[in-house]
Amino acid sequence: MKSSSFKNPLLPYVLLMPTFLILVVFLFYPAFETFRLSLFKVHPYSGAERFAGFYNFRKIFTNPEYLSSFWRSLIFAIIVVIIGLMFSLFVAVLLNQKARGMKLYRSFLIWPYALSPAIAGALFNFLFNPANGLIGYFTGVRTWLTDSSTAMLIIIIAAVWKNLGYNIVFYLTALRNVPTSALEAAAIDGAGPVRRFFSITFTYLSPITFFLMVMNTTYAYFASFGLIDVLTEGGPAGSTQILIYQLYKDFFVHSKIGYAAAESLILFLLVVGITMLQFQTTEKKVHYQ
Amino acid sequence: MIQTRFQTIRLHTLLILAVLIICLPVILAIIISTQSEAQVLSYPPRLFPGSSTIDNYNKAWRTVNLGRLMFNSAAIAVSVTIGKVILSLLSAFAFTHFEFKGKQFFFFLILVTLLLPVPVRIVALFDVVRGFGWIDSYAGLIIPFWASATGTFLFIQRFKTVPVELIDASRMDGCRPMQYFFRILLPLTKSTIGALCVIEFIYIWNQYLWPLMATNSDNMRVVQIGIKMLMNSESSNNWGVIMAGVVISMLPPLLLFFVLQESFMKGFALQSEK
Repeated sequence: MKSSSFKNPLLPYVLLMPTFLILVVFLFYPAFETFRLSLFKVHPYSGAERFAGFYNFRKIFTNPEYLSSFWRSLIFAIIVVIIGLMFSLFVAVLLNQKARGMKLYRSFLIWPYALSPAIAGALFNFLFNPANGLIGYFTGVRTWLTDSSTAMLIIIIAAVWKNLGYNIVFYLTALRNVPTSALEAAAIDGAGPVRRFFSITFTYLSPITFFLMVMNTTYAYFASFGLIDVLTEGGPAGSTQILIYQLYKDFFVHSKIGYAAAESLILFLLVVGITMLQFQTTEKKVHYQ
Repeated sequence: MIQTRFQTIRLHTLLILAVLIICLPVILAIIISTQSEAQVLSYPPRLFPGSSTIDNYNKAWRTVNLGRLMFNSAAIAVSVTIGKVILSLLSAFAFTHFEFKGKQFFFFLILVTLLLPVPVRIVALFDVVRGFGWIDSYAGLIIPFWASATGTFLFIQRFKTVPVELIDASRMDGCRPMQYFFRILLPLTKSTIGALCVIEFIYIWNQYLWPLMATNSDNMRVVQIGIKMLMNSESSNNWGVIMAGVVISMLPPLLLFFVLQESFMKGFALQSEK
């Protein structure tokens, strides 16, 4: 027991009470209830429930539309993570150099942090729109958003672009925590800047990289909803529909409650999987240091 | 390590290139927001300001009642942020300054919330909020978001760096826990509070899915949904008006971001430490 703690039997519970009231009513209970409903057939209007076992899950996994959303989300997330992190790390390394005007550069490079996915959607909708989009004018191709083979590409570009500010902020802070002593020692040993970066800096960056991988994956899976709703609404022909959009349609548009609950449970399992992956990798890192 | 002239020039070139990639879509949006429908459609595209600035901003403001939507977004973002800051300050104080039964368990419960983003509980959350009669109301957009794992962890980290001698000395002076909290801890936590305010305000201001589901009257919509409403109501080529709406709606979080940038960066530095 820490000597520096207050002795008061009741106060800590009073302090925690508001938080736990909110957690129980708006997080734990709804989560539990959603998972329960995944095993039921629910009437869209009366709300009458009938136990259905794994019926919803069987339906989900035999639905080709769902399955293609599933794989599309996965590929989308992987590409957004890889391109987003590589570009942000590159920019953060540039920003970490000593030169004039760095603070100004920093401001202009991280401010998209404050932009929303919906705004990114509107901006890229303008750039790529078939009637008078600038990209259409410069490339001679006007069908970027209306062709089901290229629409996803635009979603990826917009999603990566929107999250650059966030990623650069984290990489920049992490780069500043890399001890200069290690870098100088390596320099004395004759390691060039490129080797120094990959053998030392990159090692120190691995925990933040794993953290950002998780954050960007959840961003791709969930927060990109606004982007897609403004940019393509899942189209054309379902070619940009990812799991969160599918869930929105099944629950909110088609009122398939039990079915949507089962989709939520699958999303939950994905989140758990990603998080466990992060815990494992960060634990390794602790041993490493 | 001394840089050569060539290296300095290369660095600046690359940085300017990065700034362009990141800023160009928004610069274009600002330019387009000044152009009339004919100017937007001109061929080749017109890449300098047009003559329709006031008309566009006026029209964007009126078409979707942007003033009301901005007010809603601001009221919601401010209320959620204040609630989150207060609740996470209190729970972080409990976790760092008291020993009590079930501490580990409570901490575990807060950790678990990271696994439960809105989409994985949305089906029943919608029912709960409807049960309270909160659909299409501020309460439904504010109260469910008051608990924050991010905030609690951020403040726990900050509180842990406060020297132990401070609490021992104040206890010796007969300082009661809440006096210590308000007089000593809070003033030391200012920049972390600033950082959390930026993070949460922007996060809530930019939310899309929940406000889309939990509101249905035009009066209760938020600004993010307003962008979509504007795109649907304007003829598809009238990008000047749409971009005017976009520019208006991104101003509040940007302003906050630039004003509180320093404390935001400090808070981030804390958060990314293990």
